[in-house]
Amino acid sequence: MCTNIMHTTTIEGMGKGAKGWFPVAQAYVSYDHPMNLAAEHAVGIDFVDRVTGLERVAVEITLDSARSLVAALQTALAKADEWEAST
Amino acid sequence: MPNTDEYEGIIAETTVIRGHNGDAIHAYFARPLGAGPFPAVVLVHHMPGWSDWYKEITRNFAAHGYLTLTPDLYCRTGHGQWGDVTARVRAEGGVSDDQVVGDAQGAIDFLRSLPTSNGKVGVMGSCSGGRHAYLVATRGTGVDAVIDLWGGGVVMKPEDLTEKRPVAPIDYTPQLQCPILGLFGLEDRAPTAEQVDQHEAALKAAGKEYEFHRYEGAAHGFMYHHAPQAYRAAAAVDAWSKVWDFFGRKLA
Repeated sequence: MCTNIMHTTTIEGMGKGAKGWFPVAQAYVSYDHPMNLAAEHAVGIDFVDRVTGLERVAVEITLDSARSLVAALQTALAKADEWEAST
Repeated sequence: MPNTDEYEGIIAETTVIRGHNGDAIHAYFARPLGAGPFPAVVLVHHMPGWSDWYKEITRNFAAHGYLTLTPDLYCRTGHGQWGDVTARVRAEGGVSDDQVVGDAQGAIDFLRSLPTSNGKVGVMGSCSGGRHAYLVATRGTGVDAVIDLWGGGVVMKPEDLTEKRPVAPIDYTPQLQCPILGLFGLEDRAPTAEQVDQHEAALKAAGKEYEFHRYEGAAHGFMYHHAPQAYRAAAAVDAWSKVWDFFGRKLA
């Protein structure tokens, strides 16, 4: 925990992990040493299961990638809200 | 190291030791074959977990003649691929300093109890493990030498203290019980060069025996040969030579 940057949030959905699809109950968002990305630090996002917290879908991405992802999510969410309001 | 015509052998395996609060935890144990007596080393793994690099260097220490034990500090969290366990530990804010010191103490006691032990035990860790190794050498018992590889968080701001990390390790410096070797990259940001200077000044002020070396052009994890972005071959080769020299002198 070299940076102490870690946030968790409760989510509801499904994720596809090493053993196939499973219910995801939490998301971990961190900025710390990555396991695989060739960088000193990376944004880590883990979608994990409710029961053990050990089944997960994981990504390690750069800061710029994370910002791009957030922008894409916000754009998609805004459009989703518009669509939901119009139907 | 043995001559080419000498017998050489090690064994490496998972075992179980008693850690903090007497809990049974896994540990990776590698040792030279033979009656000894051998010096011993506890390796305190880094934030990324009970990883392949730590198991590899556990075996390497055994090949250099050390009874070597690397406890799984995340053992209580559950079992799976080590990276998945680490993700959960990180989400929980890491493991507490007290628990790590207790687990390492269990490892020290285990090693010293072996009939093949020469009675000397060193402790080494990198990254968060470097910080933890320093805590073990200041708060634990029976440590004859400690090596801190770029341990971040030895110097902490008051606002960074937490329930699990309630005291900055540098504050325990007067209690340091053994010589310390510190190896750092000058480009590291955790610890920064200034924090390393601060740590060295505290050791000097407390009259402790220390050897600190800094590598130009090296940052965090410069000995991690599995991490091309961090690895600095020349620094790593020199650092390993200092590790073998230091433990060779202090644990004989």
